[in-house]
Amino acid sequence: MTDIPFLSLAIWVPIIGGLVVLATGSDRAAPLARTLALITAVFAFAVTIPLYLRFDAAFSGMQFVEFAPWITHFGGHIGGSGNINYHLGIDGISVWFILLNAFITILVVIAGWQVIQNRVAQYMAAFLIMSGLMNGIFAALDGVLFYVFFEASLIPLYLLIGIWGGPNRVHAAIKFFLFTLAGSLLMLLALLYLYNISGSFSIIDWHQQREGLSAGVQNVIFLAFLVAFGVKVPMWPVHTWLPDAHVEAPTGGSVVLAAIALKLGAYGFLRFSLPIVPDAAIALAPLVIALSLIAVVYIGLVALVQADMKKLVAYSSIAHMGFVTLGFFMFNPLAVEGALVQMISHGFVSAAMFLCIGVLYDRMHSRQIADYGGVVHTMPKFAAFFMLFAMANAGLPATSGFVGEFMVILGAVKYNFWVAFFAATTLILGAAYTLWMYKRVVFGAVRNSHVAALTDINGREFFFLAVLALCVLAMGVYPFPFTEVMHVTVNDLLRHVVAGKL
Amino acid sequence: MSIYKLYLLVPFAPLLGAIIAGLFGKWVGRAGAHTAAILGVGIAFIASVLIYQDVQAGHVFNGAIYTWMQAGGIDFEIGFQIDNLTVMMMLVVTFVSLMVHIYTIGYMAEDPGYQRFFSYISLFTFSMLMLVMSNNFLQLFFGWEAVGLVSYLLIGFWYERPTAIYANLKAFLVNRVGDFGFLLGIGLVVAATGSLDYQEVFARADFLAGETMAVTGWPLLTAICICLFIGAMGKSAQVPLHVWLPDSMEGPTPISALIHAATMVTAGIFMVARMSPLFELSDTALSFVLVIGATTALFMGFLGIVQNDIKRVVAYSTLSQLGYMTVALGASAYSAAVFHLMTHAFFKALLFLAAGSVIIGMHHDQDMRNMGGLRKYMPITWITSLIGSLALIGTPLFSGFYSKDTIIEAVHAATIPGAGYAYACVIIGVFVTAFYSFRMYFLVFHGKERFGHAPAHDPHLHDAESEEHHGLAPGQKPHESPWVVTIPLILLAIPSFLIGAITIEPMLFGGWFDDVIFVGNHVGLTEARETFHGWWGMALHGLTSAPFWLALAGVVVAWVFYLVKPDIPGVIARTLRPITTVLENKYYFDRFNEIVFAGGARLIGRGLWRGGDQGLIDGGAVGGSSRLVSWAARILSLFQTGHIYHYAFTMIIGVFVLLTFWINRG
Repeated sequence: MTDIPFLSLAIWVPIIGGLVVLATGSDRAAPLARTLALITAVFAFAVTIPLYLRFDAAFSGMQFVEFAPWITHFGGHIGGSGNINYHLGIDGISVWFILLNAFITILVVIAGWQVIQNRVAQYMAAFLIMSGLMNGIFAALDGVLFYVFFEASLIPLYLLIGIWGGPNRVHAAIKFFLFTLAGSLLMLLALLYLYNISGSFSIIDWHQQREGLSAGVQNVIFLAFLVAFGVKVPMWPVHTWLPDAHVEAPTGGSVVLAAIALKLGAYGFLRFSLPIVPDAAIALAPLVIALSLIAVVYIGLVALVQADMKKLVAYSSIAHMGFVTLGFFMFNPLAVEGALVQMISHGFVSAAMFLCIGVLYDRMHSRQIADYGGVVHTMPKFAAFFMLFAMANAGLPATSGFVGEFMVILGAVKYNFWVAFFAATTLILGAAYTLWMYKRVVFGAVRNSHVAALTDINGREFFFLAVLALCVLAMGVYPFPFTEVMHVTVNDLLRHVVAGKL
Repeated sequence: MSIYKLYLLVPFAPLLGAIIAGLFGKWVGRAGAHTAAILGVGIAFIASVLIYQDVQAGHVFNGAIYTWMQAGGIDFEIGFQIDNLTVMMMLVVTFVSLMVHIYTIGYMAEDPGYQRFFSYISLFTFSMLMLVMSNNFLQLFFGWEAVGLVSYLLIGFWYERPTAIYANLKAFLVNRVGDFGFLLGIGLVVAATGSLDYQEVFARADFLAGETMAVTGWPLLTAICICLFIGAMGKSAQVPLHVWLPDSMEGPTPISALIHAATMVTAGIFMVARMSPLFELSDTALSFVLVIGATTALFMGFLGIVQNDIKRVVAYSTLSQLGYMTVALGASAYSAAVFHLMTHAFFKALLFLAAGSVIIGMHHDQDMRNMGGLRKYMPITWITSLIGSLALIGTPLFSGFYSKDTIIEAVHAATIPGAGYAYACVIIGVFVTAFYSFRMYFLVFHGKERFGHAPAHDPHLHDAESEEHHGLAPGQKPHESPWVVTIPLILLAIPSFLIGAITIEPMLFGGWFDDVIFVGNHVGLTEARETFHGWWGMALHGLTSAPFWLALAGVVVAWVFYLVKPDIPGVIARTLRPITTVLENKYYFDRFNEIVFAGGARLIGRGLWRGGDQGLIDGGAVGGSSRLVSWAARILSLFQTGHIYHYAFTMIIGVFVLLTFWINRG
């Protein structure tokens, strides 16, 4: 439909830009590295905008498709071409995530502008390269290509935590790496099996594949995917790497981790689990729903007692992602779209929450709630932004946080009243852990001389918080454009799932 | 200007005012902020009056402003329904809000958060108007949560006070418990009808009444109504979700009047009245409403008797009056509930603002035991308070009489289960109301002057410390408040006195609500309508009825206890020690919630974190598997000794074993 390969640009502009930034080398050239990184990030975001503007919401199937043979003569022993291809395309499920990813990358570059003083070029490059790789994940239509991007994106994040992280960073980085790697290995097995029965690595071919997918086989593949994607989301009980990783990660790392990396797992469910093994997805949906509800209630309670702000927001992320997996597996369009909206909104809100904590951390070098109190006296502008994001985190209407939760709960009532009942406890728990933290950190009398010496946010911080505030409000007041592009894809997907393969 | 633009102007003028005062408060200054905010609300009030005339001429409206979202085959819209019920609420909200805005100029004059305060109350007005003007459940929920947010911000307005930030968190969370039910109710509606639009849902009410829920087997409509009503219990502070309202008095007095008396807390009443086509079809839900309302009306009234803080007396009185409105809803007298909502909005806003005026006069001392004899020093506040109190206790000819008497009659006529209990509650409640109201009135305005005992201090010092040490120093006298405070008092006193007599006939018996409120086969107001012979006749008849004599008794007892023989209350309190202890502890609701819910949640959370996350998952599964790996590695490393003869030996054994297998296989 177009001659310009926008998807390739979305992937390779940040990667190549990142390599250029990396080439500036030592910290003597840090200003140059920062400027180059910002230019690259803005340009990389600019090339994703046509993906939305030229997206045909009425079209069913993949758009902006690019296809080129990558590794030929690989096999093809069972019909099919057997080649591994550089095959890209997006639909209503993936389009927003590429934009979100490119957008968040700009904020991350700005957020690290002054805070990061050593290995600046490497830091910026890691984010840019990771951004490109993640776009690759959302755009890949070839199983191997997906897997390569999926695994490669682990490396920059691992380095970010391991190099620029906190005191316990090595343990956190390794825990993060091992958890996700263990999951991906199971996915690799599933992908190889799918290749074996279909003779193709095309994800689209796999969607149509029926042969060799008996109920038992589907269940096994589903469980392999469940572990792989469940670790990424993360779902209870394989979530414990996330709070550790967040606590040790630098602010930018936490932002990307929460805003984008967690979405990869959820995206995997929609791209792989549901369409490839639909009968298993339906059969095992109660399991996923149960795990999701545990995430909402159990994790909500755990978040309540956290003393570390970052841990609290990390746990709140897990609870919010519980809504995403819950929405997917009730198989009604309202809930699935609600889950997708929740993913986008969580991208804004969790990014904002981590940036807010970063703002405080940069000044006080503490994440402990007990070290704060009365921040509003010295940082009124910050307090106002933080209040907005806290409310969005608690799902207040007119913020983006409300939209997805509302849709998923409405969908859940239709599915089963008790599921909705437990899901809706997030109204109480989400408000309790978020606002209780806000109260202890921001309100009250000035607690100590460190708080008394705080300075309010500067222009740079004001900028990225204001931009996110606008996104949060805009999506809350007018979510129409976000869901509009999803309808056709989601409806097709659900028809496909319900039809089954048996 | 087309009427449609006028509709938009009503909510958005206050929003604009809020934005100017809030975001640009520093640039426009204090005067700029209050001008913008008052102008916004003033425009909204004038537009509401024009719309009222239009509605009276028979023009109602129901339509969308924009489509918020489409998903799952459902249109989520933002839209208005302008009809007789809406326009009445619009008038009440904008008028009381305007009065409170003007009053705030005086009350908050010395507060450093002046602009912020105006921004919040204008934002509140916007949210409340969006709530009442909505034509669908989505926008209703929007407004519902938005007023909750502003209430949260305003209760915690003085955020350096620990009590204020405790109270606002408590208010938000208790309201969230209500919203939990409310959202499930909306979910059930959408799941069953596929629509969020009021009229589409109401059109299918009969269908809903015949359905049962899939999993639970409950009757669907009853479940919907009870879920929705749980939302109303949170917002309108009905037992047991009432606990946040008394604490909300930590906020500045103007918002106690606007939000926690006149408007926001009545949102639940309004909502149920709006949903009358649904509630009418479920007797179970109506009985539930009736019993909860009656309990609130009586038992919260009792608590008003033992309070010494002037604002808390009015707060418990508000709880009790909200109970009366709820009882009316349960008795299918929706229009009487809304009528009481209106009269109550005027006289309770008046009482709160008068209490605020007293607090200014007393230099921020709120304890009634330190007052007495203020009528000499604050004549306008005194007279207007008297009017408000007379309206509250239901003195014939005053507005509260008409609304409350109608409710009592409706409850008397009601036949659904619980009606007998409810009637007993509301009738005893009349005495209780009169007693606590005039206890307050006599303690504040009559009797011995008990002020002038606080240590001398600079009254204009407004930091946290001076808030703790307030009151009049020896020799200081209270003084009447400035005109920006007294004018709203006078303007509210007029409707507090007159509005009932003027509007009872058209509103309750003249068919004003016929097209918006649906009464099924319940008695509702039919008996009251038969006995009604004009406002004058009703007042005359009122003089011979039980409620009047009970109210009079309440006033007389208060007079004897607090003016004639002031030592009686102490004696009674000592004799009935167990009862007064229970009342002073507010039936132990707070302590129960604090221990069971707040403490319980933290306990479980800590248990899950330490036991589940750190113990079982990280310690057991993750740690276990890493221990397994290292154990296996240790075993395997035993084979790697580095001695060549070990390896050779192992190799020979291996070959031997393999050969054995290979030979025996054949």
